[in-house]
Amino acid sequence: MTSRTSPSRWWHYKRRFANILMWVVAILATLIAVTPLVLVMYHVTVQALPALNWGFFTQMPKPIGEAGGGMLNAIVGTLILIGLAGLFGLPFGILGGIYLAEFGNNRPANVIRFTADVLASVPSIVVGILVYSLIVAHTKTFSALAGGFALGMMMIPTVTRTTEEIVRMVPVSQREAALSLGASQVTTIFTVVMSAARGGVITGALLAIARVAGETAPLMFTAGTSSFFSVNIKQPIASLPMEIFLRATAPYDVGHAQAWAGAFVLVVLVLILSIAARYATRGRLRIVR
Amino acid sequence: MTITQPAVVLPREYEKISMPPLKMQIDGLDFYYGRKQVLRNVSLPIHERRITALIGPSGCGKSTFLRTLNRMNDVIGDTHVTGSILLDGEDIYGPDIDVVALRRRVGMVFQRPTPFPMSIFDNVAYGPRINGLARGSELAALVEHSLQRAALWDEVKDLLYQPGTSLSGGQQQRLCIARVLAVQPEVVLMDEPCSALDPISTASIEELMMALKENYTIVIVTHNMQQAARVSDETGFFLLGELIEFDQSTKIFTDPRDKRTEDYITGRFG
Repeated sequence: MTSRTSPSRWWHYKRRFANILMWVVAILATLIAVTPLVLVMYHVTVQALPALNWGFFTQMPKPIGEAGGGMLNAIVGTLILIGLAGLFGLPFGILGGIYLAEFGNNRPANVIRFTADVLASVPSIVVGILVYSLIVAHTKTFSALAGGFALGMMMIPTVTRTTEEIVRMVPVSQREAALSLGASQVTTIFTVVMSAARGGVITGALLAIARVAGETAPLMFTAGTSSFFSVNIKQPIASLPMEIFLRATAPYDVGHAQAWAGAFVLVVLVLILSIAARYATRGRLRIVR
Repeated sequence: MTITQPAVVLPREYEKISMPPLKMQIDGLDFYYGRKQVLRNVSLPIHERRITALIGPSGCGKSTFLRTLNRMNDVIGDTHVTGSILLDGEDIYGPDIDVVALRRRVGMVFQRPTPFPMSIFDNVAYGPRINGLARGSELAALVEHSLQRAALWDEVKDLLYQPGTSLSGGQQQRLCIARVLAVQPEVVLMDEPCSALDPISTASIEELMMALKENYTIVIVTHNMQQAARVSDETGFFLLGELIEFDQSTKIFTDPRDKRTEDYITGRFG
């Protein structure tokens, strides 16, 4: 045994060294990954502070270049748009995901899965142009409806795939238990499987909404923008991303400050949705394995 | 694999013993996963209000056999069955059979407890609700009755709205039994119901089975030969997809006819 002591001690130091080295590298990599996020949050917050006041949330915008005013119409507009997007996107996305998970071992399902993956990577501006030609070209006007439809289309593939993943995680034993009690397959899916998968599906839906909430490109050709307060979904509607875009590209300092404030509100909105998504999974009963 | 003669042994003396009426009758059952044959020419009677135990080494097809009795294997794709299984004289693989209705009559308890992610009450109420058996106070009474039948009521009567998953393993299994009883089945299939449980929970489930025998026909698959000997009236021994021997449990465990049965129950293999 003694003859082995020295090589093993050498090994010991080498392993300790490798361990510390990898530890340091991992921490550095994490810091580098997190730095942009912190910088963005910091920058947005600092720049937004001058324009952030009660009026920003309660007043209508003043003409570009004038001081004062708020983004009430854009905040309401964004909420309406993501509401419509959810209305269009979630039913198709969730039911599609259930279909893929429960009946998805055949050719048509593979085609759908592939299509969803392709749709997920279609540039958002292309979705905007598509909805323009489908809806706006016929109604002859930008509308909240068209904007919500474009955002909804962007949600479908991600919601479909996350729902599929979650529903697949529900163990076969749960389904069999329900079937053995005289439940049909459809009853099983909508009672036992969905009650086990609910938390995960809600998380996927909220994350998809958070993702499209900040989209600008698809709105340019669909929802357009508006300087008025509007809740009419057949009319153009203002939204935070569009408002930020317009003010940030206009040559006025007041407008820039308000664009930052708008960005801040948008970031906070997305953050709230993400936290809600985490909360949804935390509160629910976990999937029994 | 060499295929011996179909070895269904139904001795003449056995038939003479006065028996309760037949609940199920399995005749010449073959079962295939794809092209692989898992059950070969299995025939056996299941008598009403008796406990029939199925024993045999892992992979001998006893669980597969149990799952053919309520067509649970239909869930797995690419399987097929030949031969017949009669429930009260009606072929359950016949063309006019409603599988959902069949499973209401032939309930199943699984190897691992499978409480749904809902409250204890909702777990038991699940079957009656989806089958439209009861509602309101009638449903509450049925849930209470089922939990009492499963010898769980006293332990959970103050926890009815706690999640079913918060119970211990043995309690969860009794919850699953209560859930099956709430649908008021005629036959209860149990697939190694105690294999995930400690000895005390096992004892309580066995006691429960003896009590349930008064009203239900029970078929149990078990790895535990002492358990089969303790609780069952009849026992079938499966080996490599064949039913080697089927007889009164007292006979099987004291004086088996077949050498392979004797080797198995004396622990020489398996």
